[in-house]
Amino acid sequence: MDPVIRLRSAVALVGRFPVLAGVDLDVSPAEIVLLQGANGAGKTSILRACAGLLRVVAGEAYVLGVDLTIDARAVRRRVGLLGHATALYDDLTVVDNVTFAVRASGADRAGVAPALAHLGLTGRLPQTRVAALSAGQRRRVALATLVARDPELWLLDEPHAGLDAEHRDLLDELILAAVGRGRTVVLASHERHRAHALAGRIVTVAGGATAPAVPATPGDTASAGSPVVADPEATSVA
Amino acid sequence: MWRDALLVAGKDLRVEARSRVTTNQVAPYALVVLLLFGFAFNQDRYVLTHVGPGLFWIAVLLCALLAVQRSFSLESADGARDGLRLSGLDGGGIFLGKAMAIAAQLAVLEVILALGVVVLFGTRMADPLLLVVTCALATAGLAAAGTVYGVMAAGLRVRETLLPLLLLPVLAPVLLGATQAWLAAIGLATGSGWRWLTLLAAFAAIYLTLGVLAFGTLLEEA
Repeated sequence: MDPVIRLRSAVALVGRFPVLAGVDLDVSPAEIVLLQGANGAGKTSILRACAGLLRVVAGEAYVLGVDLTIDARAVRRRVGLLGHATALYDDLTVVDNVTFAVRASGADRAGVAPALAHLGLTGRLPQTRVAALSAGQRRRVALATLVARDPELWLLDEPHAGLDAEHRDLLDELILAAVGRGRTVVLASHERHRAHALAGRIVTVAGGATAPAVPATPGDTASAGSPVVADPEATSVA
Repeated sequence: MWRDALLVAGKDLRVEARSRVTTNQVAPYALVVLLLFGFAFNQDRYVLTHVGPGLFWIAVLLCALLAVQRSFSLESADGARDGLRLSGLDGGGIFLGKAMAIAAQLAVLEVILALGVVVLFGTRMADPLLLVVTCALATAGLAAAGTVYGVMAAGLRVRETLLPLLLLPVLAPVLLGATQAWLAAIGLATGSGWRWLTLLAAFAAIYLTLGVLAFGTLLEEA
């Protein structure tokens, strides 16, 4: 089966600074991969590169079969990126924001109402301007957008940040449900306990490059319902 | 492309409808500008009538700057520009949508300003059709050029000050053509005002074409 993500010696620049300096990464379909590393290690840059937002200038970079070095834009409608910013418009209501994002990405707007309900954005909240929401509520709106779009590849940058315990649990359920539908998830998180429990595989990032992969512990993986990576070499990063 | 354009225009206009920046801030600002022009010319009706078209279009240009800055400041907040890029919308469609939303706001402001010119300066509209066509072409040119330069300045830290510096000289042909056409339309210029519309139409066509072709790339680089 073709990998969802295949990066080989991938290099990306911001200005003249190499934010990715030789990343090797393979991610298989319906896999949950955790990127871990210190602040500034390059986790966010890997996610942005996979979303087609950061241009890979050297090496190989394929996401969902699209060669990012040739046309990074071609992959964007098929991936969802939940970053530090929520990409919401303050003056639009919750439902307007989610509907716009869903329609813009070409997804079916019928998924908007169920997604809002799933994230607990009910009652007056759908008609509330985003500017009036708390940080955690904004995060849930961004998540609702992702759920409504249901892209093939979920790229999650610190997805638990800003959420209360109840919604962190809900997020974990959403991730597992997405993988159950055949979606692939790559997340970067400092929430070690939760993220390790979710991930089938852990990739360490340092200095804009990846270190060899570490399979998640069987106990953690089993609890998350994800496959254990039996042979690190098979999906490892070098 | 047109589907994307309508989607983006609808979003930008909904933002404006909810925030009411155009009606509550830009429109009063435009009227204050007209009023100050009136004071500056010492309420001399003869002078005001003759310079009225120029003052009108200068006020429209200043409002256009505000509308363009507002349009792109929406996208710079909270990663919205990345959201727009990630949506996979057609670059030409985004350009047309943003230009359409800016043009709609300018059209409203032009109606308000035109009423202001009539009331404050005592201007008579002799050829309403010429006035309307002039407004339509000039507005299309202003919105198209404004959107092109707006995205060019969007990624810069000094965008608020750089945008007027870049855009105002570029808009000089619109100011010239629209003012001359209006002078003819109110019966204060010799010769036909319609010939100036060629300049306005050419300007709008150039920037609409440039925007549709280049906006996607400019957005990536912003």
